Amino acid sequence: MDLGKASLRDISTAVKGKAISAKEVTNFFQQRIEKLNKKFNAFVTLNESAQKEAEAVDLKIQKGQDPGFLAGVPVGVKDLFCTKGLRTTAASKILANFVPPYTATCVQRLQDQGAIVLGKTNMDEFAMGSSNETSNFGTCHNPWNTDYVAGGSSGGSAAAVAAGLVPATLGSDTGGSIRQPAAFCGLAGVKPTYGRISRYGMIAFASSLDQAGPMARTVDDCAFLLDAMCGHDAKDSTTSARPWEKLAAQKNLKSYKFKVGLPKEYFEHNIEESVKKAFWDTIENLKKQGVEFVDIQLPHTPYAVPVYYMVATSEASSNLSRYDGIRYGFRAEPPAKDWASLDELYSVTRAQGFGDEVKRRIILGTFALSTGYYDAYYSKASKVRRLIQNDFIEAFKNCDLIMGPVTTSPAFKTSTRINDPIQMYLNDIFTTSINLAGLPAMTVPVGLNSQGLPVGVQIMAPHFAEAAMLSLAQGIEDVSDMKGKVPHGV
Amino acid sequence: MLNKETVLKVAKLARLNISEQEAEEYQTQLAKVLENFQKLTEVKTDGIEPLVTPSPIDFYMRADEVSQTVTAEEIIKCAPDAKGSLYKVPPVV
Repeated sequence: MDLGKASLRDISTAVKGKAISAKEVTNFFQQRIEKLNKKFNAFVTLNESAQKEAEAVDLKIQKGQDPGFLAGVPVGVKDLFCTKGLRTTAASKILANFVPPYTATCVQRLQDQGAIVLGKTNMDEFAMGSSNETSNFGTCHNPWNTDYVAGGSSGGSAAAVAAGLVPATLGSDTGGSIRQPAAFCGLAGVKPTYGRISRYGMIAFASSLDQAGPMARTVDDCAFLLDAMCGHDAKDSTTSARPWEKLAAQKNLKSYKFKVGLPKEYFEHNIEESVKKAFWDTIENLKKQGVEFVDIQLPHTPYAVPVYYMVATSEASSNLSRYDGIRYGFRAEPPAKDWASLDELYSVTRAQGFGDEVKRRIILGTFALSTGYYDAYYSKASKVRRLIQNDFIEAFKNCDLIMGPVTTSPAFKTSTRINDPIQMYLNDIFTTSINLAGLPAMTVPVGLNSQGLPVGVQIMAPHFAEAAMLSLAQGIEDVSDMKGKVPHGV
Repeated sequence: MLNKETVLKVAKLARLNISEQEAEEYQTQLAKVLENFQKLTEVKTDGIEPLVTPSPIDFYMRADEVSQTVTAEEIIKCAPDAKGSLYKVPPVV
């Protein structure tokens, strides 16, 4: 078995069947990380206990106990999820020394099934960014071409899988932060329905939009991680009690028996030729397989980005008020005469601890929520948010799923957009509506463009319809040009 | 509108110590973001209920049972400055 290309199914089967030990699998990927991570800057903290944890899985197998369906599967975890005893920073200076006393539910559930956390992956600071360039650990590079960004905010999680440093990772998606880096790095990435996966232990950015999800090379790999993570958690009252039907166990997930909506508003944008071509080629392929397509309308699409930035920054300004330099994380050095007041300690600590983009968003959010502006901004945005959701509810009366591009272009070069927030924000045009409406959506890789950069397509589904979404994704993957392709030199 | 003074006032509300120069930069950038937001005024929202929780979640009550999660000792260990089980802060009054 070529471990570097093996599926989660193959790895766990081999480990359970004692063809290979969990420790050997861990060793293999740790060596790859040691050799290649410098080139991509995908991992920011490594788990020193990984070997021991793998040994514990092996011991269970030797004793004849059930090691779980992810036995010995190495995973990378976005540095946004708390991991007990393992530094967790959200790629921010303000949490640079934070070692959480507890583990996020979704990470715990992966570990309960025998997965081994190899380390924490790079990201935009507090998940605020679309290029992984706002990280306190520096930019993460795209394994397909290191001059290009890996995407964001889950850039490290995407680059780690694309470079074969680990077979799967955990990301988070507030406005496209799983789907966009997955597209830029040629991976499958799933943002589940809001409420499917517990947010307990996930460092909050915008609580009504944040959702955890898997990133991996294949749809089946994503299904494995979803099976472990989805479902109600008593520690997060916004998780849904609806049962999750295990997807990876279903032998033939692939299906083409769908009526798929194509939103005309998505194609009114300036989309790069290679993205358009890959999208319409995929549609033609699916038509041959019997998928039916209908034109649909999502008339409030042009308002999604401004609504998103108003809602996300408002919630962020409130969530990030907890970083006070008192209870955990970074505290600034006091001036020579000591702090004049508690307020001074807060203000100086926060000014030194947060990066530029985070401060910009806190200021915008605080402004939107402040006296005299609340109605015009936050309240207005929340009402238009309802209309955006209504568009989808209406559209799903005529189709089972919706397809569109993930982004307007493949990965862009580093440093080309970071100084223009508007340009960077508009990049999220096809992904933010989904978070505003609380719907599940995912990226499926479909090929490489002429420059060798990956291109993906997006599938969007009604609330809790992940099973249908993954079935069509499996169908797309089976006829995708991307199958088996890996970046040069990794 | 968002002028430099407003940025400084809002930064103070958010407990962010920013310089005059930073305020100017944020003002220019955020004014553009707000300009982009202006197109929302063309959307009629009379009588529309704001959307906050975006998916149908069946909220439920859990049994009020005491359970041990994290200890006070583990929590206080995360603090940059503490004495025993107390956080250390500058004089407040």
